[in-house]
Amino acid sequence: MSETWQEASSGARPAAGPRTESRVARAPEAPLRIVGRRLNGLSVLCGGMLVFCLLVVVGLVTADLFYLASRDLPPADIWRLFTGRAVMRAMKLSLLTSLGTLALVVVTAIPAGYALSRFRFPGRALANALVDVPIFLPPVVVGVSLLAFFGFGLGSSVKQALAGLGISLVSWIGIIMCQYVMTMSYGIRSIKAAFDAAPRDLEQVACTLGCSPWQAFWRVSLPLARPGVIAGCILVWARGIGVFGPLMVFVGTGPRVQVMPTMMWLELSVGNIGVSLAIAVIMLALAGTGLTVVHFLLGDRSLF
Amino acid sequence: MNALEVIDLTLRAGSFTVQDISLTVAEGEYFVLMGMTGCGKSLLLKAVCGLAQIARGRVRLRGRDITGLEARFRNIGYVPQDGGLFPHLDVLRNITFPLTVAGMKPVAARSAVEGIVASLGLEELLVRSVAYLSGGERQKVALARALARKPELLVLDEPVCALDEPTRRDTCRELRRVQEEFAVATVHVCHSRDEAALVSDRVGVMCEGRLLDTGTLQELATGSNHEAVQRLLNWN
Repeated sequence: MSETWQEASSGARPAAGPRTESRVARAPEAPLRIVGRRLNGLSVLCGGMLVFCLLVVVGLVTADLFYLASRDLPPADIWRLFTGRAVMRAMKLSLLTSLGTLALVVVTAIPAGYALSRFRFPGRALANALVDVPIFLPPVVVGVSLLAFFGFGLGSSVKQALAGLGISLVSWIGIIMCQYVMTMSYGIRSIKAAFDAAPRDLEQVACTLGCSPWQAFWRVSLPLARPGVIAGCILVWARGIGVFGPLMVFVGTGPRVQVMPTMMWLELSVGNIGVSLAIAVIMLALAGTGLTVVHFLLGDRSLF
Repeated sequence: MNALEVIDLTLRAGSFTVQDISLTVAEGEYFVLMGMTGCGKSLLLKAVCGLAQIARGRVRLRGRDITGLEARFRNIGYVPQDGGLFPHLDVLRNITFPLTVAGMKPVAARSAVEGIVASLGLEELLVRSVAYLSGGERQKVALARALARKPELLVLDEPVCALDEPTRRDTCRELRRVQEEFAVATVHVCHSRDEAALVSDRVGVMCEGRLLDTGTLQELATGSNHEAVQRLLNWN
């Protein structure tokens, strides 16, 4: 006769007396049921905090929709808020620049994250810390720093060279620069964590099976790190599309450089709350779609 | 000609040193390297495979000096302790991995490994994810993968240590049978006398970074003057 889970785990001998079928059948579920039946301080606190966090998210999302609905606008007007030319232009610019930023981050953060994860070199701890600096900087500081960088020396030369080619930094290029600086750290950090979780031993095994370091990277390490890399990409894209502070400082709010966050602020500042809310809803929808795609692609392997 | 010659090899890993190791493994021979945990067996194997830095000494494979050669050019089949299977590939893709890396088309690679797959009885497992394999099955798949590109030497790092006793015995017999079938010189690391008795032609015993003695299990058990060898082989 098999032991119940408590007896098996404690090593105690089965108790004397008749054992019912239901007791044996219930055994594997017993720990969960205990958690469900006996509320204690810890479970109440943790459960309560989870509910609070969910309410904050759900509350913010629904507040925008309810506020729009409470303004008693005809459906055609609400539709116009979402599909106005300026809103569409801002959305298009936001999507294109955030995708451009994502491409740039992927190209740079995958090798950088891999280097931080796998290589041991002098100054690695410093490099690891410096990578995180943009995360901790106030966003406006990034904008000011970009202004300063392109104001003298090498940066100024680059700016003048671009101007000679008819390319201004107050354009989609400047937007991508701001988004890149603001999101690069998130990309490197997520991708480094993904490579940390991929066993290094398997790369060595791959080398004994004929792989060059490049082949071991492409065929073993990168596929193993894929869930974390994709999650990092989504994070970078979501952060990039929401960048606001550095854009206000570095590229301003001209019509050609209005992305969704800057346009939302401009509309809000002139009292046009309807358009602001429409943009907020669009951004929430984009974020929700992005997260849904991640969950669909990765399931339980997703970091989100 | 010897399949493997290790000549005065010295290795360093932090403060630990494997010193002045010299050994030979003949063509078709099954050599078992024994020793207590932490004596440097696995480090020595990794150096032979090109995965650990060599401080001094030479390694020759069929007379060819491979001391400074990258692991990928050595043609040594390496099976680590847990099999080292790639979790993102199914069993067939794991086995054909070394062939597809070399540029072979998947269909041709599958044909090329049919003999190995049949010999190890893996036909039913080919489409399965490696996550759902038992310990014994994992080791068989790892062995098939190591044999796929016809290695000049097979190196097994404690291949059965994580298995239960009956599976361990079955897997050891299978290892020996396959080694004879493919006539490949083999170095097998373990710390079990019973395991060595099941598979070995010759045994080497290491202790604290040094190779103390080599010979058949019988010779070492009865004739070795080293206390550490006697302790390892004659416990009851």
